[in-house]
Amino acid sequence: MEKFVKIENVGMSFDTRKGKFVALRDIDLTIKQGEFVSLIGHSGCGKSTLLNLIAGLTLPSSGVLLCANREIAGPGPERAVVFQNHSLLPWLTCFENVHLAVERVFAANENKAQIKERTTKVLELVGLAHALHKYPGEISGGMKQRVGIARALAMEPKVLLMDEPFGALDALTRARLQDELMKICDATRATTVMVTHDVDEAVLLSDRIVMMTNGPAAAIGEILAVDLPRPRERLTLAHDPQYMDYRSAVIEFLYAKQSHPLAA
Amino acid sequence: MANLSGPSSTEADAAAMRAFLGALLPPLMGLMLLVGIWHLATMNGGSIPTPGKTWEAAAKLFADPFYRNGPNDQGIGWNILASLQRVAIGFGIAALVGIPAGFILGRFATMASMVNPIISLLRPVSPLAWLPIGLLVFKKADPAATWTIFICSIWPMIMNTAQGVMRVPQDYLNVARVLNLSEWKIVTRILFPSVLPYMLTGIRLSIGTAWLVIVAAEMLTGGVGIGFWVWDEWNNLKVEHIIIAIFVIGIVGLILEQTLLLLARRLHTEA
Repeated sequence: MEKFVKIENVGMSFDTRKGKFVALRDIDLTIKQGEFVSLIGHSGCGKSTLLNLIAGLTLPSSGVLLCANREIAGPGPERAVVFQNHSLLPWLTCFENVHLAVERVFAANENKAQIKERTTKVLELVGLAHALHKYPGEISGGMKQRVGIARALAMEPKVLLMDEPFGALDALTRARLQDELMKICDATRATTVMVTHDVDEAVLLSDRIVMMTNGPAAAIGEILAVDLPRPRERLTLAHDPQYMDYRSAVIEFLYAKQSHPLAA
Repeated sequence: MANLSGPSSTEADAAAMRAFLGALLPPLMGLMLLVGIWHLATMNGGSIPTPGKTWEAAAKLFADPFYRNGPNDQGIGWNILASLQRVAIGFGIAALVGIPAGFILGRFATMASMVNPIISLLRPVSPLAWLPIGLLVFKKADPAATWTIFICSIWPMIMNTAQGVMRVPQDYLNVARVLNLSEWKIVTRILFPSVLPYMLTGIRLSIGTAWLVIVAAEMLTGGVGIGFWVWDEWNNLKVEHIIIAIFVIGIVGLILEQTLLLLARRLHTEA
């Protein structure tokens, strides 16, 4: 499907005590099925707001968003979200956290054993077979984020939405999870939208990088198509001139054209 | 290996012993200081008995706590149990009404703004002001005392539960929305566990209030109960028994509070 997610002329403003705050304006974007799109920009540019709009957690002030030709009128399991701070329920084990999601989506058509198997399988996929019955408080930040990813993947969503999924992790853990995510996305052909502020992460993972101008009233500045063959290898890409070009194009946009609001 | 573990384990034991004494010694010294001052203040006679005399009376009293010589002369054990029973009934009904009410107030803002002024108006009212209403409606002393407990211990549970419901992290509610959870799952998997610590704080404050109120209520209603017993011993001018009652009331209150704190700590889950 060419135009799987369609964002048409979307604007978003919030009513604050100081009056109307325009967060986003004139957003037009289409995302193909199976495509991996990153949203990058300085903090406060409304990239998370755009992700929440696709998730349906907030509704746009103007314009319309479509997913598989249906208007997005609210959140739903076909657009799974990996939250920035993992948002696992601390009183449920890793297994139970994922099970809650699987149960909701598949309980109508599958029996209990199948649902349990699905839950276990998706946790194995993210390498957590050994931590099924641990509570979120007992595992590391990287593991928690993997449970968050597993929970989203387990719903077999049409679109996977990720809000800075690796932002809170150390560099080594982040790299490992990025590699795993690439493998998972290649295997499942999931349509993915990821918010990030990490240039390397964006270039390494994306088919297209949507670069956003500074807020308030942020808009799409440029869109960069990353035409690197898959599967991608972090080590070989590090010296690839094409990779370097993409990387510098994003850096150019972020630091020359849209210098940081605090530095201005 | 044996050489190494030998001395280090005794060292560890010594350190644990020091920590234990360090934790126990100051409270013990405080208690001794209290008894000391009490003794100094009362040893030259006067109406307040000395610690020694009080101790003797307590030993006699607790040698047979469960005797029954008619309705107005029963052992101290029966009196404590009677008071605890009234507290349990009054507090139990208050929990059954107050906790669901707190959930409703926390979930629906309109309800909260409707009821909050009433709560603010009624909450500071002294328990004793409620007692005549209870006597009037129930025509009997016992349900009137229970009613007083109920009305005084319901407020902390309503307010803390409502507070907890309002403070459920938005992240968890977003998870519920993305997963499209049913209302039942939202209540059992997200709201209830996340409100539980607030609820337990409310319960703890309520039990504390209930135990405070029962003594006053029983002084007025009579019958069997620790509050009535204090009043009875005042009429008999057995001052050492009154002092014993003060300690007993304090200790029971302490046990109730600590039990609930322990429960809260057991149920606490870390994010």
